Amino acid sequence: MQSFLEAFDIFLLEAVLNGILLGGLLALLALGLNLIFGVIDVTWICYAELVMIGMYGMYFLVQYYGLSYWVAAPAAIVLVALLGALLHWLVIEPLLSAAPINQLLATGGVLFVLQSFATVAFGIDFRNLGIRLPVLSFADMHLSYSRLLAFAAALVGMIVVYLFMTRTYTGTAIRAIAQDRQIMALMGVDTKRIYLVTSALGGALAGLAACLLVLQYDVHPFVGLSFGPITFLICVLGGLGNFVGGFVAAFLFAEIISLGGLFSDLEWGYVLAFAFFIVMMFVRPAGLLARRS
Amino acid sequence: MNARLAWPIAAVALVALPFVYRDPYHLHIFVLILIWSFAYTSWSMMGRFGLVSLGHGGFMGVGAYVTALLWNHLGVSPWIGIPIALVCAGGLALIVAYPCFRFRITGHYFALVTLALSGIVLQVITATRDYTGGSLGYTPERTKGNNILALQFEDKTVWYLIALAVWAAGLVIWYWVDRSMSRYAMEAISEDEDAAAAAGVDVTAEKLKITVISAAMTALAGALYCQYQMFISPDTVSGISVSLQMVFAVVVGGIYVALGPTVGAVITLLLAESLRIFFGTKAVGWDNLVYGVLLVLFIIFLPKGILGSLMDRLKSGGARPVAARKPA
Repeated sequence: MQSFLEAFDIFLLEAVLNGILLGGLLALLALGLNLIFGVIDVTWICYAELVMIGMYGMYFLVQYYGLSYWVAAPAAIVLVALLGALLHWLVIEPLLSAAPINQLLATGGVLFVLQSFATVAFGIDFRNLGIRLPVLSFADMHLSYSRLLAFAAALVGMIVVYLFMTRTYTGTAIRAIAQDRQIMALMGVDTKRIYLVTSALGGALAGLAACLLVLQYDVHPFVGLSFGPITFLICVLGGLGNFVGGFVAAFLFAEIISLGGLFSDLEWGYVLAFAFFIVMMFVRPAGLLARRS
Repeated sequence: MNARLAWPIAAVALVALPFVYRDPYHLHIFVLILIWSFAYTSWSMMGRFGLVSLGHGGFMGVGAYVTALLWNHLGVSPWIGIPIALVCAGGLALIVAYPCFRFRITGHYFALVTLALSGIVLQVITATRDYTGGSLGYTPERTKGNNILALQFEDKTVWYLIALAVWAAGLVIWYWVDRSMSRYAMEAISEDEDAAAAAGVDVTAEKLKITVISAAMTALAGALYCQYQMFISPDTVSGISVSLQMVFAVVVGGIYVALGPTVGAVITLLLAESLRIFFGTKAVGWDNLVYGVLLVLFIIFLPKGILGSLMDRLKSGGARPVAARKPA
């Protein structure tokens, strides 16, 4: 009995730690989406598909062109950032004055395009980088280096974005637009340019997430579906556009998935997380950290 | 041609079609078009009033799986199983929609909450793989030949007639809603909820009514699809991609007109089939690529869909300010 309890606790601790590591990654994903929503007031349903394209970019740069991981990563980030700007320029810009739901559906169309583009261009095979990072074990717990690296890089990425948003002129303009989009044009801020910069920044965050995810998961055209919905739910749970809320919600979600997966199958972890989400929508419809009106 | 004559003639032609034209492949396509048209019509019952749900894949999955599970595990005939499935889907819609409407979750938020719903249904089906076969799919147990009790028919003509009847019933429900007070209430709500409430509209009740009708109809489409195809998998009847597929077809056809979803189904299914024939086995992905590009183009340039824009063109100047935009 004693030994059983000990083993149980170790597993529990491992699950909690893995949850925290997963949370960092989810928080990074949620940050990009929140940025876009907070500033441009558009939900990119295809956000996870941008990540997928980034993962393919990493795969081809590393496996096909033989670049080292550290050279390929910035290239992939720039690639996805460009893609984000392109998405804004081609799809969102013509729809800026349309009903919000039309913008949502248009990015849904882009989701189809990116997914099937990947299917057509790269096939449906599962691919991976072939880099296997060692597993860190201490006290009978196993934590993979790739997860630790992802967690650390996600944190660094978020701090960089925070500094950019608070310390630079462009960042301040972005935050100002998020607060009042009409008035900023009158204050001499080029809204169009800020939107483009924000889209590129959101894309860059997706690219960073892609570089980290590709270490842990295989790439295939539908990989976006496995973490895309979760990302939206986190953003809604935290309150769309609320950066801190999204951060907290990401860790909450990751813990639920990780602990739910410990007691049963991984799918049940997801089911629990979804159910938690729906319950929370009733308790706090405007997001976790929203003030009660 | 006189419009009063056109409807009966069209109806007779549709009913007579399988007796005149018996090519099994084309009949199969017709049946699929009718079933999906019905599903898309159910979606746009809500969608036309600005209630954009991405959870209808979930309702469809409930309809298909509840019917099939009851038949396989408990031997309950689909004649009883389908109504149970409809009640289940309606109940699920109530559970999710009531708090949404009560707490004024609209626009983006509503779409994303319902997205979570289709995610849950997909994951539950996958997680309970001991009963549902998980992502490998599920087959209702076959009986021999035509069996009315099991709702299984060898003959495609029977299926064509069933699907036609259900599709027509869907259109009747559409007209019934269109002519009811609910339609005016819902249009008021989709313009401005506060103003509608101030004018004496019970906002929550009206929205719930239309949502439950829509969910139950979608579940019926799922059950029919299951009985016809005799094979369902989480990817084909549930989940986010099915939900998006519904939205896509309806937007292409036209959300605000009764036959819009049908036109959408005809276009998307024919497109998928012809691409499949044209590209052969290399077609994987091409149909969705074309879908996606079309969806984006349609939303940017033709937000009312093909049929909607055509009808606007025909009676240009007609007083029909459709509720195309609404504050989030």
